[in-house]
Amino acid sequence: MSQTSAGAVIQSVLDDVQIAALADGIVIIGAGQAGGRAAEALRRQGFAGAITLVGDEDELPYERPSLSKEMLHDAEKEAITWVQKPEFYAANDIKVLTGTRAVAIDRTARNVRLGNGETLHYGALIIATGARVRHLDLPGATSENCYYIRTLADSRALRDRLVAGRRVVVIGAGFIGLEAAAAGVKRGCDVTVIEIGPQPLGRVVPEQIGAWYQSLHASHGVKFLFNAGLVKFHNEGNVVIVETKAGEMIPADTVIVGIGVIPNAEIAAEAGLAVERGIIVDEFGLTADPHIFAAGDVARHFNPIFNKHILLESWQNAQNQAIAIAKNIATPAGAAPYAELPWFWSDQYDVNLQMFGLSEPGADTVIRGNPETKSWMLLQLKDNRIICAIGMNTARDLRPARDLINMGATLNPEELADTNVPLANIMRREKRDRAAAA
Amino acid sequence: MSGAANYIELCAVGDVTQDTPYKANMDGTDLAVFQLDDQYYVTEDLCTHGPGSLCEGYVDGDEVECPFHQGKFNIKTGVATSAPCTDPLTVWTVIVQNGKIFIDPASARKATP
Ligand SMILES: Cc1cc2nc3c(=O)[nH]c(=O)nc-3n(C[C@H](O)[C@H](O)[C@H](O)COP(=O)(O)OP(=O)(O)OC[C@H]3O[C@@H](n4cnc5c(N)ncnc54)[C@H](O)[C@@H]3O)c2cc1C
Ligand code: FES
Repeated sequence: MSQTSAGAVIQSVLDDVQIAALADGIVIIGAGQAGGRAAEALRRQGFAGAITLVGDEDELPYERPSLSKEMLHDAEKEAITWVQKPEFYAANDIKVLTGTRAVAIDRTARNVRLGNGETLHYGALIIATGARVRHLDLPGATSENCYYIRTLADSRALRDRLVAGRRVVVIGAGFIGLEAAAAGVKRGCDVTVIEIGPQPLGRVVPEQIGAWYQSLHASHGVKFLFNAGLVKFHNEGNVVIVETKAGEMIPADTVIVGIGVIPNAEIAAEAGLAVERGIIVDEFGLTADPHIFAAGDVARHFNPIFNKHILLESWQNAQNQAIAIAKNIATPAGAAPYAELPWFWSDQYDVNLQMFGLSEPGADTVIRGNPETKSWMLLQLKDNRIICAIGMNTARDLRPARDLINMGATLNPEELADTNVPLANIMRREKRDRAAAA
Repeated sequence: MSGAANYIELCAVGDVTQDTPYKANMDGTDLAVFQLDDQYYVTEDLCTHGPGSLCEGYVDGDEVECPFHQGKFNIKTGVATSAPCTDPLTVWTVIVQNGKIFIDPASARKATP
């Protein structure tokens, strides 16, 4: 199919969706970051039909990143980032049903059934149900003695446990586990991190970054156990003793578990939509049902940059995929695929990490700046093109890497390693050269 | 110039470049001083979304992109132009005299979101 006919097809599909959405309204399942942003963006794009946002949490949409960061740093002050102020929803005629669960989708009638027995009719449905934490499946581990971090309630419960002098064991050395470890240190706890793999941050970042984070945490007194499978929890009064396969017994006053998430895709699967660890959608956010979209942590979307389906569990993706879908519904004439370079960040101690692109094992590495300091950058290259850029405390210098990756510019690794040449200068030169060639 | 006595000196012209805004301070409030071609502009430094410091941000055309979550603001008007930012920044009128950058504190204004 040629570009234009594919474009014409998607446009006629979206034209029909818009007509249905204006007549019967839009229902959004999941009032998290993606759901909230979708509702907001629909109104900003001028969508005039009804919008109903259904969420099973008690709160209005909020952003989760602070839950493992600022929220845990202070017992008194709550650092919550709301997607919108409470008055925004009524002012923009967005109906929000909090504390309400969607239990089934009837695609033939175009209805969503709610936990309270009511049904909502839709012209377009956006599934933004996010993900839930994976529970630790281990003898002795219960919902009482394991603290997870996904919701505001989780974060509130945990922060009361981070009392100076207490022993905290973090299971899982991913980003959320390490952020929780840093929060524990900040609150004066004695922190041990147990990881089943050989180093922190597993396959999401190059080994060198994982090793660097290990030293960073060690310099703050965090102890690590790697390659550590677990056998069971022994509950002795208020203390949990974590037994590892190697026979270690590690006592904890509080156990924090961060071993990944599971997309909340069951409601889509039960309605007969394709689900492969995430709801399958195309580059317009559409499922195979032309009235149903999915966005955020629950959506495995076709990304034209990588030419494959990917699932991203990130703040940027939740926000921007939702906005892209809202635009395509509200203004089908300008229908555009969602094709964004992944971006992620993490804050631990005084280090802000930012990452553009997806890391690949075996790529060439360029180090920019000095890893002995807290401000440096690692660039991954393939055929002298940057594919992934990770910066510690280098937000401004890192940012042009996004354009360089998107341009697919062929670059000189020695120049990239030279901190005297700002990446902004390289980026401008490449843009000029391209403009001149065009 | 009448009223000049009320102007507040923020920095020297040489402290700011197009790519590196300058962080100034007025009575405990951080301000970001920007250069766009041969003009200077001053906004609040603190992003309206969260803890991002805009003078650490990335200047692209007339916009500054927050170093925290890439929200954007128009440097001249303070208007938020890209998610997650929606609330505008306060901006001030800039006066350049003898190679120094001043603002008139009474000129503080904020666009309606
Ligand atoms: C602790 C923590 C720290 C993070 N830190 C970062 C970070 O530093 N950088 C970064 O890029 N990303 C970070 N993330 C990831 C980011 O927050 C997520 O990618 C983002 O929240 C996904 O948004 P979402 O709307 O898809 O899902 P969610 O925010 O999970 O929202 C989905 C909502 O739908 C609700 N729901 C589910 N099923 C139903 C149903 N059937 N009916 C009604 N409601 C339902 C859920 O309860 C939830 O409220 C972090 C996440 C967590 C948990
Ligand atoms: S703090 Fe500026 S965009 Fe979030």
